[in-house]
This record gives sequence, structure tokens and C-alpha cells, in this order.
Amino acid sequence: MRAAIGSHLLQPMMITVLVVVLPLSFTSAYYYRVAALVFIFALAVVGLNLLMGFAGQVSLGHAGFVGIGAYAVAVGPAHFGAPSWLCLLGGAVVSGSVAFAVGRPILRLKGHYLAVATLGFGLLVAIVLNNEADWTGGPDGMGVPSLSLFGWRAHGTQAWYWIAALTFVGGFLLARNLMDSPTGRALQAIHDSEIAARVLGVDVARKKLAVFIISAVYASVAGSYLALFNGLVTPDEAGFLRSIELVAMVVLGGMGSILGSLVGAAVLVVLPQALTFFQDYEQALLGLIVMIFMIFLRQGIVPSLAVAFAGWRK
Amino acid sequence: MNILEAERLSIAFGGVHAIDGVSLSITAGQVFSIIGPNGSGKTTLLNMISGIYLPNDGRIHVAGRDVTGLPPHRLARQGLSRTFQNLQIFTHMSVANNVMVGRHRHEQTGILADLLHWPSVTRQNAQTRTAALAALSRVGLGNAPDRPAGSLAYGALKRLEIARALASEPKLLLLDEPAAGCNPVETQEVDQVIRSLVKDGITVVLVEHDMRLVMNISDHVHVLARGRTLAEGTPQEVRANPQVIEAYLGAHGSREGANARA
Amino acid sequence: MAELLQFVSSGLTVGAIYALVALGFTLIYNACDVINFAQGEFVMLGGMTTVFLSMAGVPLPLAALIAVLATTAIGIVLHRFAIEPARGASPVVLIMITIGASVFLRGMAQIVFDKRFHSLPPLFGSKPIHIGGAAILPQSFVVLAGGVVIVMLLWLFVERTLLGKAVIATAANRLAARLVGIDTRRIVEFSFAVSAAIGAVAGVLVTPITLTSYDAGTLLALKGFAAAMLGGIGSPFGAVVGGLIIGLIEALSAGYLSSSYKDAIAFLIILIVLVAMPHGLFGRAKVERV
Repeated sequence: MRAAIGSHLLQPMMITVLVVVLPLSFTSAYYYRVAALVFIFALAVVGLNLLMGFAGQVSLGHAGFVGIGAYAVAVGPAHFGAPSWLCLLGGAVVSGSVAFAVGRPILRLKGHYLAVATLGFGLLVAIVLNNEADWTGGPDGMGVPSLSLFGWRAHGTQAWYWIAALTFVGGFLLARNLMDSPTGRALQAIHDSEIAARVLGVDVARKKLAVFIISAVYASVAGSYLALFNGLVTPDEAGFLRSIELVAMVVLGGMGSILGSLVGAAVLVVLPQALTFFQDYEQALLGLIVMIFMIFLRQGIVPSLAVAFAGWRK
Repeated sequence: MNILEAERLSIAFGGVHAIDGVSLSITAGQVFSIIGPNGSGKTTLLNMISGIYLPNDGRIHVAGRDVTGLPPHRLARQGLSRTFQNLQIFTHMSVANNVMVGRHRHEQTGILADLLHWPSVTRQNAQTRTAALAALSRVGLGNAPDRPAGSLAYGALKRLEIARALASEPKLLLLDEPAAGCNPVETQEVDQVIRSLVKDGITVVLVEHDMRLVMNISDHVHVLARGRTLAEGTPQEVRANPQVIEAYLGAHGSREGANARA
Repeated sequence: MAELLQFVSSGLTVGAIYALVALGFTLIYNACDVINFAQGEFVMLGGMTTVFLSMAGVPLPLAALIAVLATTAIGIVLHRFAIEPARGASPVVLIMITIGASVFLRGMAQIVFDKRFHSLPPLFGSKPIHIGGAAILPQSFVVLAGGVVIVMLLWLFVERTLLGKAVIATAANRLAARLVGIDTRRIVEFSFAVSAAIGAVAGVLVTPITLTSYDAGTLLALKGFAAAMLGGIGSPFGAVVGGLIIGLIEALSAGYLSSSYKDAIAFLIILIVLVAMPHGLFGRAKVERV
């Protein structure tokens, strides 16, 4: 029994150690910046993984929620004079509400119908953000004032590293909690056989909606962080390519592996930074990665490593 | 009061009447078998009773309450559970977790508590796991609860589904061809499991092809042919019914069968 | 009235392209239950390859022919190396593979070609023809005629040739088709090839009007998919009707309501169709057997 409890907290503790120890190896602000971005994206990916990897519901428009969160902290201060932290919460509430409204009808769909519906949703968000220039600054986007809490301004790569990393640890913990709970088991059941889940008393529609909303909130917070960190936001944050990047991160790290979310985000954030020529080839490489993993390594990096490791231990 | 009353159930798929005016009365605590040639509508009938199909006509009452049209997850709350002909195992989950999902309707924690993993969730997990392990022991699968469900043999998977359905503590358990694809040893195990269920007061509705199992274990047999009730009664009455014999063997075969009976 | 005619003509023109993309989707979906998100890229490749070949000095008709053949080859390669190895995977995995292919082709187009908009000279000049007060480009007629010809050729092929019958058989029941000796793998590959060819031809025909760029494929694929869904996925007739309807609605709402939300129309239609009538206008309902 103690082993069961212990193991569920083991991974979050390992991640916390990683978060604390990692900066010791940073030799400049650049490293803090890249790491901060990794943790910000990893947060969004954890949410998407809950939806895709555990509940088995595909979402190709998740950047829409990232965009809502990102623009919340831009539009809020600019047009309503509201403080950034409040707008961050507001963005999460808006994302959750939109997820509720949109999720109820479309989560009844399955397979490629659901994929296209979510794709359509993401694109709609991007179009609205692009068009409503009076509110959003149009295609060029708008500036984002930095986050300030009780007089302290969150400014600079170091501050954001800690904010992003610690939020990620929190999000990671919540996700692992969820998986090791009645709701988590119900979600996994839905993934494997909706009909059996129903017959056992699971209100499938409600559970799907709940995980959709949760994943939307994760994405929204990540989006707000991204905007606050960069000081700038454009409609591309909600765009098709961004949605595919998120999916690629899930797929790469391992669908259904929360730890894999960090790995997937790390690979797809660090790679363009490490290989400068990558910039031009980014799209082509992204597409290639998704294809190759989906054809040959469907479980993703972390579960494949786990299987290989288990086999080696024997 | 009968635990299940179905009156004049009918359903059609694009013009084909899969079930046409079938009525059933099931007494609590009995083993009620539904048999019939392939295509007679047995699984369709089961799907209607378990809420997966909506009947075009007719009503269903469970323990006196009208449950017609209720979705499966709400029927589960009325004490109904079932297994599937084509096995609907949660293959990516462990054996124990499969059965733990069966406890879903008894679990109390809400999604917020689950996210925050309050102590109530830890307690709930422990309780659920204990109940799941007990159900697994009952069907003889208690030895390796944390194996991935996908790694079990076919006969074991059939028993896993029964354990999972049992974990929900049903009053009424629908078993859809639990012996299908099982060898004689596995079928015998299924027989024993069903008997132990009945001893605990669970009413079992059995859809089966294996006639030896049906005849040995049933209190009442209902024969379907082409979506309609052909005959019903005790196993002895049904097996001697010439119409039933003809439905299974055909007119020629039943003549042969009559000649063969010594 | 003149305005209405104007919108209708441009709507039908772009609708014809959506119809051809939708037809491509339908062909592949019928053959192997895969929604090919790279369909839009076939259109883009047809146009862009023609542009760059002709910029390199190749005479236009030859450039167009090579472009169509090259795109067809890409369609075959896509099937052989990306779809076929993943045969039997869940629909989600297959979708992601074709999305990956779509992004990959976009990315490669960005590198091999460039990021700018390009056009082609229209077939019969750019002087608009005036009908009932509306100014209609001659190329519009070319597109419409091309669409009609392609649909007719496909229809003839399916009705009159043995290979066409084999395609229908594969679509109806793959196992049964194999049991009667049809090499379904070849049929599926053939469907990819034909889809790619249709897309490429559409691209060549419409580039003089709408221009093309490396990322033109995504929006086209989505609108074509919306058309296929509206018509009922799996129904070629529905695909064509759906395409024309979406083109018309798009043009009319751009003209009378708001042109900046023109692209959103297709997505709204997708969402409405998926929720209200998932089987579209002419599709068939499927019952899940438990």
C-alpha cells in the first residue's frame, strides 16, 4: 500500500529535483529562456495529453485555447486596465467556458469527425483573433505588459524559469493525481471501450467534457505565460501549426505518458534553438517527425524507453 | 415482483425487424437463458435491455421501475450490469484496474477531490482495489492483478469481464455468450462462476449457444427465432419442443433427429 | 442582380475547386477509410510546380503536365511509405500521419519553392466577359468546364471499365473484393494516385484566379473536407454538391456580410454539419455492432 502511494509521488518529486538542480548548469540567461519555454509548452502538453493520451479524444485545435490565454493577458490590461494576474485567471475561465460550450456538442463525435471539428474550432479562434484588429491588434498582434504581483514585477528569464517550472510541477502533480483516481480510471476506460465504460456506470459525456475543460485550462495558462514572457502576442499562437506542434509534442513524448509531455516539449523547443538551420526546415521536420513516430514508434519516446528498460532488466 | 419485465419489445434496423414484439418476465434469483439460432436477435435483445439500443416499441421495467430508454450508465445505477460477446476489455489497463472501473458507481469522490488527491481519494482507491481483488478471486484471477489486461488468455479475459461486471454489485447480470470460444475446461469454470453468483442472490440472464451449459444451469429458457419468441419454459420443456428442434436443425434435420432418438 | 450574378459565378468557380478536393477525399476514404489531410497539398503542388517549371523556361502546357505527373507520383509515394505501413492503425493515428504528411509537404514546398504568392497566365486571357452586368473571368469557365470534365471522366471510368468496378467493389467491402481476386492494395494506391492527379489539375486551373503559395493547401483541404462532410462522407455526388454549396455560401457571405470572415464560413459549416447531421446530405448512417 505504501509503495502504491509512494510511486504516485515519485515522479513529481524527481521533476522537482530536476527543476531545482537544472539551473546550476546554466551559464547564461539564454539557457533560462529556453528552459522556461520548455516548461511553458510542457504545461500545455500535459493538458493535451490528458485529453488525447488518457481519454483518447483527439484535439487538433488546442492552440485555440493557448491563444485565448495569450490574448487574455494582452487585451485585459490594454482595454480594461485589469492587472495581468487577474487577466490570466480570466483567460482560464474564458477558456474553460468556451471548452464547455464547444465541447458539449463536439465530444459526441469520434475519430476523424472529432479531429476535424477541433481543427475547425482552432482555426475559428485564429481567424477571430486575426480579424478583430480593434481588440487584438490584428495580424501584427499586440504588446503584453509584464506580470506584476503585489508590486513585484515578473521580469527576466530567471524569474520566468521559476514561474514556469514550478507551475509545471504543480500541473504535473495534478495530472498524476487525476490518473490515480476514480476519474482517471474512468477516463482510461473511455479510451479503451466507451461502451463498456457506459455499462459500468461511467457518464462518458460528462467525463469527456471535464477532461476537455481541464486540458483547455492548462493550455490557457500556458498561453498566458507565453504572452507575458515574450511581451508580445500574435494570432499565430492560436494557429494550425501551433496546434500541430502541440500534438507532435504529445506524440513524441508518448501519448498517455505525463513525463513524456516534458520530453516531447523539450525536444521540439530545444531542437530549433540548437540547430539554426532548423528554422527553414522546421515545418518539414515537424511533419516528418509526426509521420515517423505515428508509423513506427506509436507509443512515443518515454513508454518505448520504459518497455526497453523493463526488457533489459530481465 | 419480477426483477425484469419486458413488454412487446421491438426494434428495426433500416427495415429489418431484428426484434419483433418480444416479452420477457424474469424472476429474481433465477438463471434465465435466451437461446436461438444465429441471427435470431439475442444480442440485440440484450443490447436493448442494457440501454445500448433504444427500442422502437415496448417497455422495460427493472424491479418495478420503468427504465425504457435509460442510457446504460443510468441503468448501471439501477443494479444492471453485463458482459460482451466481443469482449470489451480495457486492454491498456491492468487486470485490477479493469475491475476497479467496475466499482465506478459506488465511488464517491468528485473530480476536484481527484485532482487534489485528498485523503478521501486515497481511501477510496484502497477500498476500490480491495473490492476489485475480491471480485478477481471469485472468478479465479486473483494471482496477478497488476498484469496488463491485454496479456491474458482468452478464457481468462471472459472471466475478467465477469469479475468487472460483478464489482458493480449488480442485482441483474446479463452475460453475452460467456462460454463462446472456451474449451470444455474453461466452460466448466464459467458454469461454476455462474452458480456461485446465483448463490449470492444475483439474477443471471444468459445468452448462450453452448446447449449443455444452458440445459445444466438454467431455471428458465426463452427461445428466439428471427426476432420473435418461439418457445419458453424449463430446459426440459424447451428441448423436447419440436418447433425449437426444427428452428435449430431445420425440417430435414429434425426428422433425422426424431429418427435418431432411441 | 448583377452583383448576385457576380457572387454566384465566383462562388461556383471556387466551389468547383472545393468539389474536386472533396472528390479526392471521398475517393481515398472510400478505398481505405482514411481521411487524407494532405489533399490540399496536392492542389498546391499542382499549381506551384507548374509556376516554377515555367519560370525555369519550360513551356506552360508541358510544365502543367509534368506538375500533374509529379504530384501523382507524390500521392503514390505517400500511400506506399506513410499509409500502407500503418494499415490497420486506429483512425486517429492515420489522421495524424496524413496531417504530418501535409505539414511535411508544406515545409518542403517552402524550401523548394518560396514563401511568396504566385500566379499563372490564364488560358484565354484576362479580359472579363460581361454577362447580365457581371464581369466573369474566362478562367472561371475553364475551371468549371475542367471540373465537369473530370467528374464525367470519373463517372465513365467507374461505370464502364473493369478497373472502375474494382474500385467500387473495394469501397463497398474490402474483404469481399479481395476474396474475388481484386488486389485491394493496388486499388488503394490507384485511388491515391487519382486523387493526387485531380488535385493537381484543380491547382493548375485555379491558380490564374486565386494565386497560390506554399501554404495554400491547408485552407483548401479544410474547405474540401467541409464539402465532403456536407455532402456525406463517402458519397462522390455529395462531395461535388457539397463543394459547390460551400463555394456559393462563401462567396455570398463574403459579398453580403463580411469578407474578412469568409474562411470561417467553411469551418462553421463543418461544426454545424458534424453536430446536427453527421452523415451529411447524402451519406449513410453506420451502426456500431457490439
